[in-house]
Amino acid sequence: MSKPQATLRTPLGKVRGLGSAKHGAGHFITQRVSAVALVFLVPWFLISLIGAVRGGYDGALAWVADPINAVLVLLAVGASLYHMRLGMQVVVEDYIGKNSTKAVLLILNTFICVALFAITAYAVLKVAIA
Amino acid sequence: MSDWTDTRPMSPHTTIWKWHLTMASSILHRVTGVGNYIGIFLVVAWLFATAVGPDYYEPLSGLIGSIWGQLILFGFTVSVSYHTLNGVRHLFMDAGKGLNPKMGSFLAGLVLVLAVVLAVTIWMLAGLVPGVDPLHLTGAA
Repeated sequence: MSKPQATLRTPLGKVRGLGSAKHGAGHFITQRVSAVALVFLVPWFLISLIGAVRGGYDGALAWVADPINAVLVLLAVGASLYHMRLGMQVVVEDYIGKNSTKAVLLILNTFICVALFAITAYAVLKVAIA
Repeated sequence: MSDWTDTRPMSPHTTIWKWHLTMASSILHRVTGVGNYIGIFLVVAWLFATAVGPDYYEPLSGLIGSIWGQLILFGFTVSVSYHTLNGVRHLFMDAGKGLNPKMGSFLAGLVLVLAVVLAVTIWMLAGLVPGVDPLHLTGAA
């Protein structure tokens, strides 16, 4: 090799365009971009939720109905679900050797995260727009 | 089950490795990640119950307020605290910072301590620790 490699990817990896997980660096990057968002969203969510839970049902309703809270809840839960779908994907890819089981679990993982987001979107929009 | 037939130890080699702080930290990050995956079901259930009405909200609130509910909630708080703080540590390491063995072990230990401190602080501020309510929050938990 005449000159040092500019990237960590091997020439063969570049040609095939696939890593061990059958996809490129996109997973690594999106996992971290969502992590950066969550570093800000999660503390807000925890602190803000405390007050809402203490206020009983009426307090919870008023909290979700607030326009800023509604948007931030969608962002916080949405980013969390996106991030955890990527995380669980790695766990499944690491520990499940059998391809058919792996495929079923990966699909299930996606379905769970999308379903949880649908429920969240329904709940927040119903309260905030009503 | 698995069609894995190789008898050599699989990564992470917990059976042949000596336990050390950064290894425990790495495994804890994964464990708490899975814990948060389970915990968010509770958050989504709470949002759904809030949207549907008191008939759903009150039973769920009662469940969370029970001793088992409080234990699960505290576990979830620790899990989120740890995963968030350790995630910041991972971002530092991704940037190539603090990668020597001494700094690595120090930061791993620091995150472990801070996560528990943060979780307890959140509970104290939330008035969830009996007899402690520094923000004077009103209403039943």
